[in-house]
Amino acid sequence: MLAITGFGFIVLYSAVGENGSLLLRQAVRCGVGFCAFLVLAQVPPKYFRVWTPWVFCGVFGLLLLVMIDGQVGKGAQRWLSLGVVSIQPSEFMKLAVPLMVAWFMHDRSLPPTLPQVTALVLIVLVPALLIARQPDLGTALLVVAAGGLTILLTGVSKRIIAAVGVVGLVSAPIAWQFMFDYQRARVFTFLSPESDPLGAGYNIIQSKIAIGSGGIFGKGWLNGTQAHLEFLPERSTDFIFAVMAEEFGLMGLLLLLALYLVLVGRGLYIALAAQDTFTRLVAGSLTLTFFVYVFVNAGMVCGLLPIVGVPLPLVSAGGTSMVTLMAGFGMLAAISGQKKRLAA
Amino acid sequence: MENTERPFRDQMREQKLFQSRVIVCAVGVLLLTAMLVGRLVQLQVVDTQHFTELSEGNRIRTAPLSPTRGLIFDRNGLLVAENRPMWQLVAVPEEIDDLDGVLNTLKRLDLLSDVDLEELANNVRSRRGFERFTLGNLSESQAARFAVRRHRFPGIDLQEGLVRHYPYAGAGVHAVGYVGSISSDDLEVIDRGEYAATSQIGKTGVERSYETILHGQVGYRQQEVNAQGRVLLDPASTEGGEGQPGLLTRLPTPGKHVVLSIDMRLQLAGARAMGVQRGAVVAIDPRSGDLLALISTPGFDPNRFAAGLSRNDYVALTTDLDNPLFNRALAGRYPPGSTIKPMLGLAALDHGSVDPHEDHYCGGYFTLPGSTHRYRDWREQGHGAMNLHSAIVESCDVYFYRLAVELGIDSLGSSLTAFGFGAPTGIDVSGEAAGIVPSREWKRQQFANPADQVWFPGETVIAGIGQGYMQATPLQLAHATAALAAAGRRFKPRLLIGTEDAVSGVFEEAEPVEIDGVAVADEAHWQRVRDAMLGVTSEPNGTGRTAMLGTPYTVAGKTGTAQVFSVGQDEEYDEENVDERLRDHGLSVAFAPFDAPEIAVAVIVENGGGGSTAAAPVARAILDAPFGIEDHGDSYE
Repeated sequence: MLAITGFGFIVLYSAVGENGSLLLRQAVRCGVGFCAFLVLAQVPPKYFRVWTPWVFCGVFGLLLLVMIDGQVGKGAQRWLSLGVVSIQPSEFMKLAVPLMVAWFMHDRSLPPTLPQVTALVLIVLVPALLIARQPDLGTALLVVAAGGLTILLTGVSKRIIAAVGVVGLVSAPIAWQFMFDYQRARVFTFLSPESDPLGAGYNIIQSKIAIGSGGIFGKGWLNGTQAHLEFLPERSTDFIFAVMAEEFGLMGLLLLLALYLVLVGRGLYIALAAQDTFTRLVAGSLTLTFFVYVFVNAGMVCGLLPIVGVPLPLVSAGGTSMVTLMAGFGMLAAISGQKKRLAA
Repeated sequence: MENTERPFRDQMREQKLFQSRVIVCAVGVLLLTAMLVGRLVQLQVVDTQHFTELSEGNRIRTAPLSPTRGLIFDRNGLLVAENRPMWQLVAVPEEIDDLDGVLNTLKRLDLLSDVDLEELANNVRSRRGFERFTLGNLSESQAARFAVRRHRFPGIDLQEGLVRHYPYAGAGVHAVGYVGSISSDDLEVIDRGEYAATSQIGKTGVERSYETILHGQVGYRQQEVNAQGRVLLDPASTEGGEGQPGLLTRLPTPGKHVVLSIDMRLQLAGARAMGVQRGAVVAIDPRSGDLLALISTPGFDPNRFAAGLSRNDYVALTTDLDNPLFNRALAGRYPPGSTIKPMLGLAALDHGSVDPHEDHYCGGYFTLPGSTHRYRDWREQGHGAMNLHSAIVESCDVYFYRLAVELGIDSLGSSLTAFGFGAPTGIDVSGEAAGIVPSREWKRQQFANPADQVWFPGETVIAGIGQGYMQATPLQLAHATAALAAAGRRFKPRLLIGTEDAVSGVFEEAEPVEIDGVAVADEAHWQRVRDAMLGVTSEPNGTGRTAMLGTPYTVAGKTGTAQVFSVGQDEEYDEENVDERLRDHGLSVAFAPFDAPEIAVAVIVENGGGGSTAAAPVARAILDAPFGIEDHGDSYE
């Protein structure tokens, strides 16, 4: 499948600017993710539909567990220790929420009625609020984005979309009241990074220097001074995009973005060709969510968006997000396979 | 026709709707991508000159500045933890080519104490390349030895740093705690930015639980460096450098000073009185929950941890049979023995299950109705006719066997729970054990075998003298004694009574936290029990009389002797030690002055024999300390 070749390509990129054990660990995660991909790709999509409520409830239960008994890392309670590995249930929620929305709408006719939309909004917002309380605003917003896009795809009427938009604008100042200081600081930093070059603004300034100094062709592999003299924070995770920008320049980034677009295009095509409401919605929302990650990460690194902890899909080091994404692509592949089976 | 086609048309319509939405989204995707590309073109093509200059030319690096750790004082202002200047060997990881080789050479030159080189190398590697990492502390002569060879070690440097020092060494260690090098485990939980310039972190005690207050906030200094990362201009090293345009400095905020509830006079007196014996001493101010002394013996010298403990020394400490690292005062669990008799007496009075004036004959043993098993008194020939008062004064076991049976295990357990047994007291340092107040429910949960889950009447009998399953920590015992002294009022035990801003000198007092007290129906019950405790130290037959003779204050107390019912796993092979370690634990609780108690103390001497001979003299030494009375004889040595 076209998607897989895309992976291999992009994953190789992650070798850039890293070394040794970190790379090995990432390879292991990648392997686990790939297994998840292969397994899920073999499953007929109707089983996804059957499992969805259970998966959703399970992940929701894990979220509650984290609230009660989670590990606190860097001031936020989001990890759950399962013996050898720690997992972040909120990552799985990114997958579970769109699935649940699609499941809910499967037997109902589109577009959804107002009460149905209300139910859908609850499916999205309740887990998102739990995650926001961890506190992990970035992931919470992504869950909202994933769920919201799915609802959008159900063909909800333009009037309701407009109404939600208005409510969103009105509630923004209220949300501001409930935000943590560091979250507010990030918004301020985004508006004016130069105001605090030593503290919160440091990341974004260094990241912009890295990208800008890369130029059109980049400084060459392993030659990025920003990255290798360690000016750039979180090089292997959230800011890996800047490392690539510095070392491979605009050309490298365009190639990467093109690959991402191919994946997104392929996903949307699968969605259009899918046979029933559930698979259609799942394929569409998984693909669009994937793009949202790419956009949010790239946008934050080059200063278009405020800094939220979103990894660059398939490239950043980090286990749960890699596995979640691979699982998502596995479902896409399964949905695309379903069509072929029916045709045969 | 209409009806059959309807689902089909719906499907078509739905698919159409979906298609239109997908197309809208696809357009959105393309627009956003175009926006990204536009931004990248702006950064990488249009403005690339500007950013290349920033990156390739002279650049600015931000070097962290470590905050000075707050000092720790006792309640009278005596310094118990300070910072001393000391030479340190530091590594700048990115400037070292062969880290293992360099570390090996340093070790051969005896410049690194015998630490685990592999772990040290890993710690260095886990730091960011430009972060200076402290390898260890050097004596004056070591520093001189390194100074002449410095040219051979690029990336290794000598710097004068501050190292924690504890003037009282081991005397306060189980309360104050100690600092040590930041380990890879610590790195997982701390904010790396805040600790970028810090090499030590609180490991136990107050040093650990008030780490955030003591540590302070990191500062920064911008330096100009060239493309290879070499420092070209450092404002700190040039006169007036702070004025350099574009180079910012943010001074670190020093940590706050911490004022402890501990009174070092009591702490030292207690440690001296314990001598080489194993055990624990806890003294509490019943009016506030302030811990006046918190001693666990044997102790150890925290300065060795602060200066960098060698691996061998650490192994020696952890494998020591006496387990000096173990905080007996907080985590040691002992059968409380007869020290809980006053509390049980109070419970029985409150419950109406005992008439304080009624005499019961003690013939040296007690039997349950319908059983021939004899529960023996510690005094073989018995105590004769006993009422509640004399039974506490002489610590008659038979009287309390009967009292426990008549009170019943359920009421007995709940009364002990009200005094704080069976649950952590909530002291403001970690590592506290919960202890055990046995109950039917506890036994059901504790044992897997249904035959073991049944509560036997005989277990109630021995609970009356604090034996059997019951376990209490010395802290709980002192806490409960404080509640007796304060007629039921209880405060959360605390080690911190305030903080002082290192810069402004502003003192911020922490309020005592009162918790649920021990409630009794008739306040006169308190007086009855407390009078009996006064009798323990003042009446001719009182078990605590000898130890408390001639005090310039009135003191009430209780002694206890607890059987050691099991042999530790480690001990059983050591023939010589077996006998000594099977001896009874000596316990003593006391409070003074009797009319308006200011101090409550609990003492446990492991394998010390009887409470009146082993533990009560230590309690006496603690109570004497505020009066400046030291060493009133060698009787307890």
